[in-house]
Amino acid sequence: MCAFHLLINKLVIENLKHRPVRTLLSALAVGVQVTMILTLVGISKGMLEDQAVRAKGVGADLSIRPPGSSAIGLSGNFDERILPFVQKQPHVALATGVLIAPTGPITSITGVDFPTFSRMSGRFRFLEGRPIEHTDEVIVDEYYAKEHQLHPGSTVKIFNREWKVCGVFEQGKLARIIIPLDILQKLTANTGKLSIIWVKLDDPSRTNEVIAELRRAGLAEYQIWSMADLISQMSPNNIPVLKTFTAVVIGLGVVIGFLVVFLSMYTAVLERTREIGVLKALGATPAYIVGILLRETALLAIFGTIAGIILSFGSRWLIETLVPGSLTQAIVPDWWPIAGLIAMGGSLLGAAYPGLKAARQDAIEALSYD
Amino acid sequence: MTEAPIISARDLRKVYRAGDVDVHALRGLDLDISRGEFVSIIGPSGSGKSTLFHILGGLTPPTSGSLHVAGYDLLKISEAERTKLRKTTVGFVFQKYNLLPTLTARDNILIARDIAGKSVELDGEFNALLDLLGIRSRLTHKPRALSGGEQQRVAIARALVNHPAILLADEPTGNLDTENSTAVLGLLSDLNRRLGQTILMITHNAEAAAYAHRLISMRDGRIVPNA
Repeated sequence: MCAFHLLINKLVIENLKHRPVRTLLSALAVGVQVTMILTLVGISKGMLEDQAVRAKGVGADLSIRPPGSSAIGLSGNFDERILPFVQKQPHVALATGVLIAPTGPITSITGVDFPTFSRMSGRFRFLEGRPIEHTDEVIVDEYYAKEHQLHPGSTVKIFNREWKVCGVFEQGKLARIIIPLDILQKLTANTGKLSIIWVKLDDPSRTNEVIAELRRAGLAEYQIWSMADLISQMSPNNIPVLKTFTAVVIGLGVVIGFLVVFLSMYTAVLERTREIGVLKALGATPAYIVGILLRETALLAIFGTIAGIILSFGSRWLIETLVPGSLTQAIVPDWWPIAGLIAMGGSLLGAAYPGLKAARQDAIEALSYD
Repeated sequence: MTEAPIISARDLRKVYRAGDVDVHALRGLDLDISRGEFVSIIGPSGSGKSTLFHILGGLTPPTSGSLHVAGYDLLKISEAERTKLRKTTVGFVFQKYNLLPTLTARDNILIARDIAGKSVELDGEFNALLDLLGIRSRLTHKPRALSGGEQQRVAIARALVNHPAILLADEPTGNLDTENSTAVLGLLSDLNRRLGQTILMITHNAEAAAYAHRLISMRDGRIVPNA
């Protein structure tokens, strides 16, 4: 084995150990950049996976959404008179309509027809309290209850109105906050409107056949998705705005990594001016000196990436603890190498100018530097 | 036939720019140093000693004249060749030791071999030199744990580890007390006598200069003929 590289590696490691606080802060800053990427991607994936799990929890075989809508998000309502029409179609065992209204940027309230919804999805399992009995009552799922510290008897303000929480149900029933359909329709001036019709078939193997039949029967413009297709659509790749947002965050990450490493390496080069002069006097080539700085940078990026991955578990814990009803973060191991490469790229860019400055340093001036 | 000098300078001049002023640091210097000589260059501040040291070590090019160092024509060689000269042909010892603070004494010595692309192992012959320098038991220490004298001896070992043709020492005792100065100068003298190492030492100190075989005085960028 060539011991040639061992000594330069030793010098690099000793240099990093020599300034532990700077090394730690630099690695941590690179780590924050990695965490930022992993958290954003993790939230995108987690939210969609959570939505998919909750959609499955409805127990339907297909869904019908308004014309021009997407599989994800709220994009308009349609006339509820379609519901009895759908119910009458061959192989349709049960159809139930829901209305979804946003209550915040990422939260919504769902109005359901309890008898049909319960038949389709199975009974609500209440962890605390009971089903709705009065018009001023809501039920919430366990995550929303945890986030907002709600229990039966608590009040919650939605649409400028105080609601009494009467039950906390086990999550996985599509919605976080549920009230009766007719109340939500009235409250949001959407009387006679639905957001989605969920359909259960007598034979799920006929799903595609039923979808084709529904289209032929007059619902050609409606978005009709089998559950399998609906869930497959719930991927960050199918949301252009999310891809753009991810690209922006990655860009920001590269800039942060660049600036942090630039400052760290720039000060390192200034601080080590004399040492660089000594190395030059010993015959070190510019490539040798740049190599030292790039290796230091690569190590910082590696430490930062490891720190960032660990921190992404921390961010998930924080999200689960503080806002479990609003956000869900998945751990995304397939993004670890990508985030690492982004961190490495930003860091090496940041080390480029200080490295060139060091390589171009005049040896005599460097040796007389105090 | 006599052997060609290892250092040969004729009408050597160096002009550098300081602000708007041209500074004539060397003004036509003639110098011959034979292989195996121990030469001291003495002179007041501003006499051009340090400039000569930097030019001979390939740290800066001369402006005009001719200069040959161990076969290198220093007026014609490129920056890369000057780097090679520093790597293979000259070894530096500085007044401030200039050890890398993060490395142990051993690694400070070995980094010079690393830079030269040589195996980072110390052979038996070099271990004997470390014994002569009296630092073999101090190799695992970092510079901050070494005395000034020990640091300078490590610096000498580092300068010699690639077996350079010429050892250039710039005020090697400038930061040392009398006892350590005597020890370091004795070592340089010993190295010259035992190993035939060519040494060129720059100093202000006449007592230190007296350790050399030959003393060259400089003033105003020229060599002053001995009285």
